[in-house]
Amino acid sequence: MSNKVLIGLEVHAQITSLRTKLFCSCSSDYRNRKPNTNVCPTCLGLPGSLPVLNRAALEKALALALALNCRISEKLYFVRKHYFYPDLPKNYQISQYDRYGLIPIAVNGSLTINMGSYSKVIRIRRINIEEDTGRIVYPEGSPLGSTYSLVDYNRAGIALLEIVTEPDFSSPREARVFLEKLGSILEHLDITDTSLEGALRADVNVSVEGGPRVEIKNIGSPRELEKALSYEITRQLNILRSGGTLERETRHWIKEKGITVPSRAKELESDYRYFPDPDLPPIRIPVDLVESIKRNLPELPDLRARRLSEEYGIGDYMASVLVLSKKLCDYFERTVKLCGRPKLISSVLVNEFLRWVDELDLDLGEGLARLNSERLCKIVDYVEKGLISVKLLKEYVRRVVSENVDPEKILESGMVTLSSVEDLEKVVEEVFKEYPKAVEDARRDPKAVNFLVGQVMRKTKGRADPKLTNEIILRRLREYESS
Amino acid sequence: MYPPQCTGLASISIRTLKTRTEEDPDFLFKYIEEVYRIIERHEETIKAYITLRPMEEVVKEAEKLLKRGSLGPLGGALVAVKDNISTKGIRTTCGSRMLENYVPPYDATVIERIKAAGGIIIGKTNMDEFAMGSTTENSSFFPTRNPWDLERVPGGSSGGSAAAVAACEATVALGSDTGGSIRLPAAYTGTVGLKPTYGLVSRYGLIAYASSLDQIGPIGRCVDDVARVLSVIAGYDPRDSTSLKVEVPDYAQFVREEPLRKYRAVVIEEMIAEGIDKGVVKVLEQVVSKLEGYDIEVEFRSMPILEYSLPAYYIIAMAEASSNLARYDGLRYGIHLSAEGLLWTKAYAQVRKIGFGDEVKRRILLGTYVLSEGLYEGYYMKAAKVRRAIYDSFRKLFTEFDLAISPTAPTLPPKLGEVITDPLKLYSLDINTVPVNLAGLPAISVPGGMLKGLPVGIQLFGPPLSEGVLLNVARIVEVIVDYEQ
Repeated sequence: MSNKVLIGLEVHAQITSLRTKLFCSCSSDYRNRKPNTNVCPTCLGLPGSLPVLNRAALEKALALALALNCRISEKLYFVRKHYFYPDLPKNYQISQYDRYGLIPIAVNGSLTINMGSYSKVIRIRRINIEEDTGRIVYPEGSPLGSTYSLVDYNRAGIALLEIVTEPDFSSPREARVFLEKLGSILEHLDITDTSLEGALRADVNVSVEGGPRVEIKNIGSPRELEKALSYEITRQLNILRSGGTLERETRHWIKEKGITVPSRAKELESDYRYFPDPDLPPIRIPVDLVESIKRNLPELPDLRARRLSEEYGIGDYMASVLVLSKKLCDYFERTVKLCGRPKLISSVLVNEFLRWVDELDLDLGEGLARLNSERLCKIVDYVEKGLISVKLLKEYVRRVVSENVDPEKILESGMVTLSSVEDLEKVVEEVFKEYPKAVEDARRDPKAVNFLVGQVMRKTKGRADPKLTNEIILRRLREYESS
Repeated sequence: MYPPQCTGLASISIRTLKTRTEEDPDFLFKYIEEVYRIIERHEETIKAYITLRPMEEVVKEAEKLLKRGSLGPLGGALVAVKDNISTKGIRTTCGSRMLENYVPPYDATVIERIKAAGGIIIGKTNMDEFAMGSTTENSSFFPTRNPWDLERVPGGSSGGSAAAVAACEATVALGSDTGGSIRLPAAYTGTVGLKPTYGLVSRYGLIAYASSLDQIGPIGRCVDDVARVLSVIAGYDPRDSTSLKVEVPDYAQFVREEPLRKYRAVVIEEMIAEGIDKGVVKVLEQVVSKLEGYDIEVEFRSMPILEYSLPAYYIIAMAEASSNLARYDGLRYGIHLSAEGLLWTKAYAQVRKIGFGDEVKRRILLGTYVLSEGLYEGYYMKAAKVRRAIYDSFRKLFTEFDLAISPTAPTLPPKLGEVITDPLKLYSLDINTVPVNLAGLPAISVPGGMLKGLPVGIQLFGPPLSEGVLLNVARIVEVIVDYEQ
């Protein structure tokens, strides 16, 4: 992108590893429950109810703060942020704030992202602990065409960490990589299961040179983030190029259509009337608690990438991609333990598996369940036994991921590499007869041999052993010459 | 010191009720009948209750209690509960139309404790809407009348609780005190009312007015009853993050007619200055001179910072109220309007327009104002600083003294309609009570004598957790006054 673009992120990560909500003892596992059954007086905001902090949330927030090199507050202050909305039971949200002598749990951190050709330090402005809202449900799935709406408070009060960056990103790709890496850190710290719907959400501020700041809400994954930003930047640039003016506004990302639309309710600069929550007096954050969390921090993505690269010899790039997901990384190490071949396995995962998961729009966990370690090891085993070539291996991976079949079934269907010399010689003979001109070319120009190899592959539907085919063709060409 | 409605059997203390019931279980039923007889005769004029439980229900609970084997420390006492304390299955209106049909699905911690200790909830008492007021005239439903003079208010906001106890329509009552809402009605009705140290009694289930100031406390006809109820409701509650982790003594042991040790008391000059009725000051002076006869030393001190306590109090209380009352939108509980065809913001506005009374709206608006961007520092933060300064002044004062003595209310109870139209006059009734809430101190109002046929309350307050000392001295005051009558 030639124009200068400024992007800042506001990420909301649910602390899905807690057993309860942030301020009451309702379950943190609110998904797939009957509406309004995972509630109590406190998270419904009934008159007289009071919040009591789940201390484990504090520990999780501290772990993230340490992982993101933040300055940690001496005290934990909660504030009330007021706005009226039906999904907010008290019509205020218990959150944190950075003015009036108050401070969020952590400020001034950083996270370095690796963009392949360069790396970049993204500054973290602050981390807040706060409570999630309920959900508004429309009978028709969206406000359009629905004659009423319903509210489900099962999610109300779930613990959230809000991570706010400085506007340090200059491309959608950078924002995506950041969110992927942050997600991986949250997974490694056992804070967020990012595969759960709505567990990791982002709002993003974006402006192009000469334009105002536009906020996009409702983005559910790193991939969607990149798409939404690319769309929005193009939209803004097109308006500016055609001489139009941009408004400072809030827009919503409509995933299904791949577009951003203006927010229905004009969200003006609100006065949230922040003030310290009198129900939650400040708590001193014990220094020894911070120290003990620091000592016990698990291996985080950067260190893990270094270790994987060294221990398995898979190279820095492969390692850096693997560690963007803890699940993928754990899978890699587990599979290598089962059947060795780290280089092959990492390349299968990074180059084949991730591509298909992306293309088929599968959840990573679902993809990994389909291509489980046992299945991948079987495929590796076929390669080692010479039953299939690396080229066929790719086809196996595609089919296992897309059709959720056992590789044995594919093997039984006869998909093996043709490696018997007699069989291949027959095919080569046919190709030589069909393409005499190409044979002539190949005799003069070794580069033209590839065409013949390609034709053999086509005839065998990719099953020919490429190395062997090449050898046979070269031998036949030499025989041709000498005859 | 009982008003005319309160006679005979219905006027007994918890101790007597418990002892007599232990001798003869039928006594409890006789007592209940007697209380209901008074209610039948006088409740129509006093109007202390918003929700009164039918006698059969109360009798059934008494039967259950007797079967339980132990009467508990409250011995079957009939407890009237201010209608801002959540009672499972019993409508809890907070004196507001907004909650006129709200039935809590849970008990407040104090209610759990009262029940476990052998108390029986007799009903829910009238109050100023959301505890905002000093006369109980701000109730959405009806005003309560002072049993001593039906033309006068019983004080507020716990006016229903105080009137019920004074008229013997209950044994004891629970009230809540944010700026004087237990002590003022206790003073006006000749009862004893105690506002505990902030955090001593759990607020879980108390419908919040101003969370950093609210405390639940007992109202009784004698100091001993108040001490017994306090022993039951005080103590750490993990459901309230502002609850104090302290050991709670049996407060009845402090209720002695002699000082448990030598006390030094202080009268703060600003609390008997201009604006305080001369007759009221005279009653205080008489009590003070009698106390000196009990070897309680009394000195005078000035505390100029108190000039700022009323404005600081009202800024903080209204700010917190505007936040606490935001949840009343008619969506989940309380009054519900058909919002067919209305934008949701309009539906919210409509519910709040109809559901809240004028005083509540006034405080929400002022509270919203003082928390607004650009005004916060000048109002809320400044008020918080004043609060801190008042706290520090008291802390210093109480290194020298064990307790302070003042009139509870600046005047005798006003007549109905006399102050309600003038907010500033209304707010000034709290002049001597609010500093105590700002500093989170314990305080008790105990009858100190009569003036023009009406009771005058004396306020005793001290450093945090000095409830024992206050109960001891309050008992002595009680004895002095009894001798006088």
